[in-house]
Parts: sequence; structure tokens; C-alpha cells
Amino acid sequence: MNTAASQPNAPILRIEGLEKRFGGVAALQGIDYEVPGGIIQAVIGPNGAGKTTLFNCISGMIEPSKGRISLEGCRLEGLAPHKIARFGVSRTFQHVALFRKMTVLENVMLGRRPRTRRGFLAAGFRFPGMRSEEERIRKKALEYLDFVRLAHLAGLDAGTLPFGKQKILEIARALATEPRLILLDEPAGGLNMRETEELGALIQQIRKLRVTVLLVEHDMNLIMDISDRILVLDFGKVLASGTPAEIKENRTVIEAYLGVENGRDTDAT
Amino acid sequence: MGKKNWLILLGAAVFICSFPMLVTKIKAVSHYVDVMVFAGIFTLVCIGLSLLIGYAGQICLAQAAFFGIGAYTSGILTTKFGLDPWIAMPAGMILCGLVAWIIGTPALRLRGHYLAMATLGFGVIVNIVLAEEVNWTGGPSGMAGIPALRIAGYKITSDLAWYYLVWGIVFCALIFCLNILHSRVGRALRAIHEEEKAAECMGVPTASYKVRVFILGAVLAAVAGSLYAHYVACINPSSFNLMWSIRFMLMVMVGGMHSIWGALVGAVLMTFVGNEWLRMFAQFEILVYGSILLAVALFLPGGIVSLASLIAMRREKKASALEDAGS
Repeated sequence: MNTAASQPNAPILRIEGLEKRFGGVAALQGIDYEVPGGIIQAVIGPNGAGKTTLFNCISGMIEPSKGRISLEGCRLEGLAPHKIARFGVSRTFQHVALFRKMTVLENVMLGRRPRTRRGFLAAGFRFPGMRSEEERIRKKALEYLDFVRLAHLAGLDAGTLPFGKQKILEIARALATEPRLILLDEPAGGLNMRETEELGALIQQIRKLRVTVLLVEHDMNLIMDISDRILVLDFGKVLASGTPAEIKENRTVIEAYLGVENGRDTDAT
Repeated sequence: MGKKNWLILLGAAVFICSFPMLVTKIKAVSHYVDVMVFAGIFTLVCIGLSLLIGYAGQICLAQAAFFGIGAYTSGILTTKFGLDPWIAMPAGMILCGLVAWIIGTPALRLRGHYLAMATLGFGVIVNIVLAEEVNWTGGPSGMAGIPALRIAGYKITSDLAWYYLVWGIVFCALIFCLNILHSRVGRALRAIHEEEKAAECMGVPTASYKVRVFILGAVLAAVAGSLYAHYVACINPSSFNLMWSIRFMLMVMVGGMHSIWGALVGAVLMTFVGNEWLRMFAQFEILVYGSILLAVALFLPGGIVSLASLIAMRREKKASALEDAGS
């Protein structure tokens, strides 16, 4: 499955002149970047480099001050997050944001929302088709749980899962929306080594579903292992971009980031 | 709708159906049927309010105003225009839905308790309009002579007929709301309640869902208002003021705001408390209500319906403690 990296695919996500200011502080400025479709694109940088701000701009949680973001030609900036979700962008959160009192299965079923329709009246009056739609949602959700190997925990409350499983469940929920682009915000944060390895394998499987993965992560081993391209941000600007091998050799990156803490960011939280 | 809810619904239905047979036999409490008609009407108002508080996390201080709009729409359309009550009722529902949409859309886009502020103002305005528009509403002394409802030519006059009509409608509303809660819409509402940001990113239009819950509550209040107007036949603005909005909030809180059954329990209980058991306090009524609210907020934040699960938990603890002691 290295085809994606070796062939230059058509870009799925295009970012042009993106800028986000919080008062006088520029969290992002002059970001121009294209993400080729079907790859695992890592975004790295020290804390405060603007990685999460970039994710929030793409998923619509904050509105960029300037610039354009387009997904396969459709403009995303300024749209509400729920509309962006319909366009095929889904995400996980740095600090796990599951629906803790809902079951594992219900969490993933909620992810089916952008792909289903029925509203208040249909639900209240139990229009025909309501039950069969619910059945389809349940079946699909179970498929995604199976995909991430959490199906055996389907009936538990999401809040009772161990932390590592919660992170995986968030990914399943995001996948259930059938995204074209999935944003993973520090999925390995707080995971142990074995869990991180499993996560790496899972992310590679996600790419096989033809979903483009955008990955913010501090674990450099994971990044170097699985990503096809790396974008390095520093102080809200693009410092460098390229394949893992190129980034490893890049002098500015080593000086600004990798060299400082021996390739591992210790204050990941 | 889960098995548990069906069982509760069945139990409640059996109780409601047999209630008149029990109380009419005893002279001292035979008028409880009449009290229960009011309780049913107030339950309708509270169901929507409990969805709004429990699922959208918002407070509405104009529930009595929507109740009043429903009542006066029915009153005016039937007495001044001679329309059939069954046409006046949906007219009131549509009017309330529209008004709720207009208030809710800007107020619910913002985070925080802007809806409470907006509805507080709106409730007061409605009350002033009802009191001042003498030509239409009869002013402070209100309007009288609102005709009774008819079903297939049969006039509903007896308390008993009203009782079954109102509670039939209450159960329809309960089933409607339970259906919503146990669908993808309800799942989305629960998700909003737990993690609004995540819900939004999974495609839930959080703002518009909150508006829809608010509209649903307003429409149910309009139905209740219309029933009220036709039942008591004469209405005046004092039944629809801020105090009543607060009372409806109180009913929901006492019953339990995180369960739709809380609305039912709270409305019935507080109607009896207000109409029957606390009459002697007269002027000091508001003090009593304040104390009840304080006590519930401090000692039973989940309301009366949470008692059942609390007791179950205690028992489990006791059982496990016994087991520990035994082993």
C-alpha cells in the first residue's frame, strides 16, 4: 500500500493563505498546503505551533481570519461543523470527547448521523421506515466497531472504557460518518507502547479504506513509521514539508524541533 | 421506545384509567377528578419544558405565555369569530410554534442562558398585551363564554369526559416524545447534552435542534392552553403570568428534569399541592414554593423520579455489604 505515497494523487485538501488571529496573536499565518488524496499526512510541531488551530479551522470549530480551505473543490471555511461533517470531514479530539453516558454502540451510531435523514416528526409519529433505518444504523455501527475491534464492548457505557479504548472508540465514531478526510488529534497521547503499535496498524488500515488521514501527533516513532508525508509547523507557519526521510534530514527542522528534545516531545499534554 | 418505558407507560395508563373509579366513591375526594384534569393540562405544558431543560440544557420562563397564547387564540377565535374549537386549537399551535421559532433562533445560537433572558422578557410582554388589549382579550377581567369542545356532535361537559380526553392527549404527547427520544433524533439530543462540540462535529446541527425542542415545548403548551380555555370557559391574564412560568419550572424540577416521567410526576404532585393541600397558606404560597424548590435543589437534584434509582442503589450497596460480611 505504498502506491499512495509514490504516485502524486490529486489533492483532496487545499489550504490557501490560511490565517487565524486570536486578538493580536497569530496562531496561524500564511499557510499554503495541499494534501494529496489517500495518504497519511502528519502534522508536527512544538506546542503552540498551531496544529490544533489548523484542525479546528478545517473542521469548522473556529472560523479562519483569512484564507481558503477546500475539500475536493468545495469551500469549507465559514461553514458550521455539522455541515463540514456532511461534506466528509470527521475528527477526533485531543482530549477525548465521547458521549460518556451513552453506550459504545450508541456513540458510533451517532456517527452515522450525516448519512441518515429522519427528523423530529418522523421520529415522533414513527413514520414507516423509521425502524428499518434504525436497524441499518445499528448494523453499520457494529461494522465499524468490528473494524476497530471493540464490538465485544458494544453494550458498555463509553465512559467506563479504559482510556486507550476510548481513544480508539473516538476513531470508530469518526469513521462511521464515512469521511473522505479524517483528522486525528494526538490519537497516541496517553497510550502505552503496545496500544500505540495497534493504533499505528489501525491508522494504516484506515488509509486502505481510501480515507485520507491527517494526523497531529507527538510520538515521533509513530509518525516516522506510518506517515507518507509530514508537515512541520512552527509559530503558526510552515517550517518544512516532505516525506519522513526528507524531514529527518532537514536541518531547520532538526534545529527548531527534533534536535531539541531528541525527537520526542516530553510535554505532550 | 425501550421495554422499561412501555411498562411505565402501561402502569401509568392503568392508574390514570382507574383513578376516577377510586376517588368518585369517596365523597371527600370526589372532586379530585377535576384537579386531575388541571394536572393533565399542566403535564402537557411540562413535558416540553422538561425536554428543553433536560436535553437542550436551557431554561424557558415563558411557558405560561405560550400556554396563554394557546388559550387566548382558542378563546378569541371561537367567541369572536365563531370558529370551531378544533380549528382554533391548531391555529394556536401554529402561532406558538412560529413565535418560539422567532425567539429561539437568535437566542439559542448563543451559548449560555440567553433563552432564559429572552423568554423572561417575552413572557412579561405577552402578559401586558393580554391585560391591555381590552377589545380582543377583555383586559384584566378576561373573557368568558368560551364554548366547550365537541367530539362528533357530542358536547364534552362532565369532569369525567374531560378527564379522559385530557389524559388521552397527554398520553399521545408522551408517546410522541418518547418516540423522539428513542430515535436518532433523541440520540443526537443526548449527545448535545453530553458533549456539544463533539456532537456538532458528528453532524448534529446543535443550534437548530435546540430551537426545535423549544418549538415542540411551545406547541404542546399551546395545546394545553386551548384545552384549558375550553375546560374552564373563562380565562384571564393572571393564569398566564411569570409566576405560572416559574411554577411550571418548579413542577419539572420537583418531578425530575432529566426524565420525561419527571414532568408527569411533578405536574400531578404540584397541582395537588397548589390546588388542594397548600390552600391554607394563601398569601404565603410563594414562600412555600421557594422552600420546596430549595429543598429539591439541595437534597434531591434528580427530582422525585430519581428516588427509585437511589433506593435501588442503596439496596445494592446493602446487598454487597452483606455479601462482604458473609464471606
